Amino acid sequence: MDISYILFIPFIPLAVFLLLGIFNQQIKPAVSGYIGVLGLSVSAALSYYTAYQYFFVVGKVDGVYQTFVEKTVWMNFTDTLHIDMGILIDPISVMMLIVVTTVSLMVHIYSRGYMKGDDGYTKFFAFLSLFSFSMLGLVLATNLFQIYIFWELVGVSSYLLIGYYYTKTSAVAAAKKAFIVTRFADFGFLIGILIVGYYAGTFDFQTLNAVNPEGEGLLLNWASSSFMGLSVITWALLLIFMGGAGKSAMFPLHIWLPDAMEGPTPVSALIHAATMVVAGVYLVARLFPMYYFVEGGFALNIVAYVGAFSSLFAAIIALTQTDIKRVLAFSTMSQIGYMMLALGVSSYKGEEGVGYMASMFHLFTHAMFKALLFLGAGSVIHAVHSNYLKDMGGLRKYMPITNITFLIAALAIAGVPPFAGFWSKDEILVAAFEKNQLIYFMALFVAGLTAFYMFRLYFGIFWGKDTQYKHTPHESPISMTFPLLFLAFMSIVAGFIPFSEFVTADRVAFEGHLNYPMAAVAVGTGLVGIILAWIFYKKENDLAERFSNAFGMLYKWAFHKFYFDEIYMFVTKKIVFNLISTPIAKFDKKYVDGTMEGIGNKTVIISEKIKGLQSGRLQDYAMFFVSGVVIVALVFIYLWTN
Amino acid sequence: MIAGISIYEIFTLTSILFFIGIYGFITRKNLISILISLELILNASAINFVIINKYLYPDVLQGVFFSIFIIAVAAAETALAVAIIINLYRQISSVEVKDTEIMKY
Amino acid sequence: MEKIVFYILALIMIVAAIASVTSRQMLRSVIYLLFVLIGVAGIYFLIDYNFLAAVQLTVYAGGIIVLVIFSVLLVHHIEMELEMAKLSKKLITGLVCLIGLGVFLSVIYSTNFNVVENSKTTDVSDIGMGLLSYGAGGFILPFEVISILLLAAMIGAIIIGKGDKLTKNDDTL
Repeated sequence: MDISYILFIPFIPLAVFLLLGIFNQQIKPAVSGYIGVLGLSVSAALSYYTAYQYFFVVGKVDGVYQTFVEKTVWMNFTDTLHIDMGILIDPISVMMLIVVTTVSLMVHIYSRGYMKGDDGYTKFFAFLSLFSFSMLGLVLATNLFQIYIFWELVGVSSYLLIGYYYTKTSAVAAAKKAFIVTRFADFGFLIGILIVGYYAGTFDFQTLNAVNPEGEGLLLNWASSSFMGLSVITWALLLIFMGGAGKSAMFPLHIWLPDAMEGPTPVSALIHAATMVVAGVYLVARLFPMYYFVEGGFALNIVAYVGAFSSLFAAIIALTQTDIKRVLAFSTMSQIGYMMLALGVSSYKGEEGVGYMASMFHLFTHAMFKALLFLGAGSVIHAVHSNYLKDMGGLRKYMPITNITFLIAALAIAGVPPFAGFWSKDEILVAAFEKNQLIYFMALFVAGLTAFYMFRLYFGIFWGKDTQYKHTPHESPISMTFPLLFLAFMSIVAGFIPFSEFVTADRVAFEGHLNYPMAAVAVGTGLVGIILAWIFYKKENDLAERFSNAFGMLYKWAFHKFYFDEIYMFVTKKIVFNLISTPIAKFDKKYVDGTMEGIGNKTVIISEKIKGLQSGRLQDYAMFFVSGVVIVALVFIYLWTN
Repeated sequence: MIAGISIYEIFTLTSILFFIGIYGFITRKNLISILISLELILNASAINFVIINKYLYPDVLQGVFFSIFIIAVAAAETALAVAIIINLYRQISSVEVKDTEIMKY
Repeated sequence: MEKIVFYILALIMIVAAIASVTSRQMLRSVIYLLFVLIGVAGIYFLIDYNFLAAVQLTVYAGGIIVLVIFSVLLVHHIEMELEMAKLSKKLITGLVCLIGLGVFLSVIYSTNFNVVENSKTTDVSDIGMGLLSYGAGGFILPFEVISILLLAAMIGAIIIGKGDKLTKNDDTL
């Protein structure tokens, strides 16, 4: 399979970025929107073509999906250890290509309406294209180092886009927070990469993930060295997962995600819902054989528990938030936790690997309906000019399309058949049930919570009280409603894609089937959540208030996101800054700088004193000269005799 | 050859003259006096050349030639030095060393 | 006889040299120098280098000394007394010079010179042939270089000596 044309998929957005970035002032806003959309359309078309070619024409040999790689050595360290640049095509990267280009294209189209009239319109599209380039490069990376490079690029684009409204202090703070937190996590990622490079001797995914025909990992030297009772490779995997957890907003590195909602809503839809935040899931999936085989999957268990806990944690917080974008942000965190736990409970071979498949499936469907939810929320915000639930209500009369599409997305995320989320969530629950009952019940509980808070949001926005608006809200323009409709369509049909035919852990397709009792339980839980939300929020009443008062302390904690921001502030400001950084800074200033400056000052003082020797008087020089000659002569004649 | 005088005695004489020249060069405070001391040093070395020629290598004349060159160079140097001194005197009305120390530091 | 003459010459030279570097009157200092130079010429006579002695007398005693006397007269009042160095400086310099002298003499007296007994007389034609020959041992190249140097020094002396006036003339031209 000739895959070199795939290079165009990331490079077209890069070209668009350069074009829009360099000619920022010259290009008219209207034109720049079209350029961005056009570039992404071409990329998306190429991605669809690639997917068609890969999944239906050439990708499958003897029932196993092959990996195609085209790369060039960039930096050579040893025969096996080198940093390559290239593209890698396998089921998950093709799937990610589709997700990224589709959502990105929709967001581009949507932004033409949403950002209309904004001062930095062209700049916004340039940043969007930069992000698309980085994300596509990340998806196509052939080795750990390449993925790390694009990982950081994605971080930068995210930083730029969160801080897009750079005149708002909160946006700037949020951008910094996102960057610093993810960068902190990436520090672990980098150390993990270096450990892998040192102990495994390669960065290459294919070598690292090599599996023999019996289905055992080939990276056998993982046990060669250990540290604190665990293999170093396990430590490396945990550190790499730390990087993934940072990007994917897993507990306890999640604190940046809610604040990232300061960015424009299309950005939240693209980066903080559908693509960048799933990079962590993608990373674990990319290294799945390693996670699974090294030391009996210890690292994978950690992934499962972190995912499950984050999922529950975020869902509880989401119940209490009043900013609709923050609800969605915590919902995203919760759903990514779902994907992580699915990966964590997965096995490698055949149908045992249903968790892996389910995770990727959920990633795919979630990208569609969560992008839709964000874009719908953006549409509402566009109409109401507020982020807060209290300013909304009864909008169904004014915004029919948004209402319907939002409802579809909410049903999808709540796991109601036949919408997309039902299918993927069901697979996850099946996988969890078989492997770990505790995680299964956590996941089931989260499913109920998800349905509840999502319909709380839906009823709160479109039903509930009849708010009097200053300006009568109106439906958004076609450029904004088209993506909504398209993504709603995807949210309905995506679930019917037989994912197990395409994306599996060991690349062998298997027949996916619905587990009816499991599905019934899940749907039942979801429906309970929806009905509760109906009772609480359909009509304006004080049930919800009484209920939350009953919980008192717990409600308050959840509303304040369990005070995690405050804890981090305490740790960083009080402990790290005051107890560690400040003394170090003082030490540096007083002793390190002091020594250096002291040397400089002493030199100056000594120079001042001895510069009198340089008197300019010829006779003094002659005196020194003669004395020197005499001394040297004495030394050589009387002392150096041998 | 000077009858009855060994080369050591002549070297003693030239060494004494040489160091008297150096003493003068360092202690005198006037440019012309320094020039005079310099002449002493030059003459002491010129004598050495000639004496070594005469006592050790009487068949050749290299030492004599060197002395002639030294005399020529000394003449040129003195002419230039006197020109510089006179010019300096025109500019600052002094030939004292302490007045010409402006190029220090 | 020659021995006595040499000692007398040596005594005169050393005394005149010391007087020359310690005299507080400029003109006397120059005259003492004249004695030293004549003494040097005397030594040249003693070792039968008559031409060299003649050159020493004409160029040094006749030329350079006159030049120096002219400059002294141009820049000094006859009766002006020279400023002297501090005593400590004199002592230190004297000490250094004495140590240096000790080093020189100790080296000289510990060296065994291979003295060749001779009483050869050198006449002017030998010197002329040596200076102007371009064969082995000939000094024609240094001779020419010295002549260029003398020319350059002469021009330089004129330009430096007349410096100001020349540039003024340039301005008016």
